[in-house]
Amino acid sequence: MNCEALFIGGSAGSLDVLLKVFPGLRADISFPIVIIVHRKRGTDSLLSDLLASRTTLRVKEAEEKEALENGWVYIAPADYHLLVEQTRTLSLDYSEKVNYSRPSIDVSFQTAADVYRDKLICILLSGSNADGVEGLQAVKAQDGRAFVQHPDTAQVPYMPAQGAERVAIDGQLTPEEMAQFINGLNT
Amino acid sequence: MTTHTINDEQLEFLLSDLLEWYGYDFTDYTRASLKRRVNRLFGLDKFVSFAEFRYRLQTDPIYFKRFVEQITVNVTEMFRDPEFYSALRKEVLPNLGTYPMIRIWLAGCSTGEEAYSMAILLHEHNLLQKALIYATDLNPAVLERAGRGTFPLAYMKQYSENYIGSGGKNDFSAYYTANYNSAKFDDLFRSKIIFSTHNLVSDHSFNEFQLILCRNVLIYFERNLQAKVLELFDNSLESLGYLALGSKETIDFTSIAKVYKRIPGQKIWRKRSS
Repeated sequence: MNCEALFIGGSAGSLDVLLKVFPGLRADISFPIVIIVHRKRGTDSLLSDLLASRTTLRVKEAEEKEALENGWVYIAPADYHLLVEQTRTLSLDYSEKVNYSRPSIDVSFQTAADVYRDKLICILLSGSNADGVEGLQAVKAQDGRAFVQHPDTAQVPYMPAQGAERVAIDGQLTPEEMAQFINGLNT
Repeated sequence: MTTHTINDEQLEFLLSDLLEWYGYDFTDYTRASLKRRVNRLFGLDKFVSFAEFRYRLQTDPIYFKRFVEQITVNVTEMFRDPEFYSALRKEVLPNLGTYPMIRIWLAGCSTGEEAYSMAILLHEHNLLQKALIYATDLNPAVLERAGRGTFPLAYMKQYSENYIGSGGKNDFSAYYTANYNSAKFDDLFRSKIIFSTHNLVSDHSFNEFQLILCRNVLIYFERNLQAKVLELFDNSLESLGYLALGSKETIDFTSIAKVYKRIPGQKIWRKRSS
């Protein structure tokens, strides 16, 4: 199956995973990668700078009305929800927090599922609440593929464990397996 | 997840119906956000079919009011983004002070938190007595709440922190009277704010201003509507006036960009002299 977009969501303990995975990603990734990580306000450029330093892929903070390009990594800005439009552009939303979170992983996964349907792959990483679980359900409802970080390898296992329990997921990945898995999605 | 949801095609029908029935034009709103909010309301009010939802909207103007209130985003704070207010204090207010009469337009004011923040700022710079803040929103229900000048007491701790972050030196709690669970702001501030409905999509310019603030409204609009609204602001702004947008919004690459100069590091632009 073709992967047309990869969305990765995480909360507490997920940054270490991303920092471990990013150096192993191939430089010619054939789809956009979107990262939604819970974090404090006012820490905007830090995360994109940190991830950019670990990969040859082009990393940027997502901007509103921006078209999703293959081979780019987009980071959800702090304190806004990040949504995907049918035109495959990104939009931002400052509505109520979802699962006490803004950006909410559910919101991004759900709107991405609406657009990419069975060509979407989502991975839910370490975290301490269940944000992202309903998002994974939406992905499966559109026949996309849903993965979680193997809870045994997560600093905070609650989020991926909830995903594994409440969603008919396609698999569990250890941080060591993730880069190879993502590279293997290339077309 | 609710089993019944409105799909993209039904949403398009609904938007053109609402324009015809009520003259409210949402057709240039970004869809993902709008669809999410319409479906949220659909689930909240337990509709079982699109036809039922549509019929209710067609026949019940009071329900349409609820629709407008629920699908527009009304999340706001006092002194939100403290560094933005700090920039207003340092870069904008000293220049506004040179005018005999200061007119400010706050577009998309929602429940009024930013309007009262602005009034406090003007008060602290001894400019409030010669200033008038026109605070507008398309949603009459939020304006009614804004007019009361009363906000939940539980939020005051956060607002006070924001205020201090913005460079505020006074005791924030001196600006309101606590009563049970609410904080009522001094009438001094309310007396300098005019709350009024204005729809950025369909209404025209109504005055000339030295400062226009419109933060986190344009993100809900498609590019063409963004451009139209920025032209409306440009037509409503005196030369050397200021335009302030939300932290993720910009005038870059729009038709008005060339006559504006950005204050470095801020989402505040100053109109060049003509």
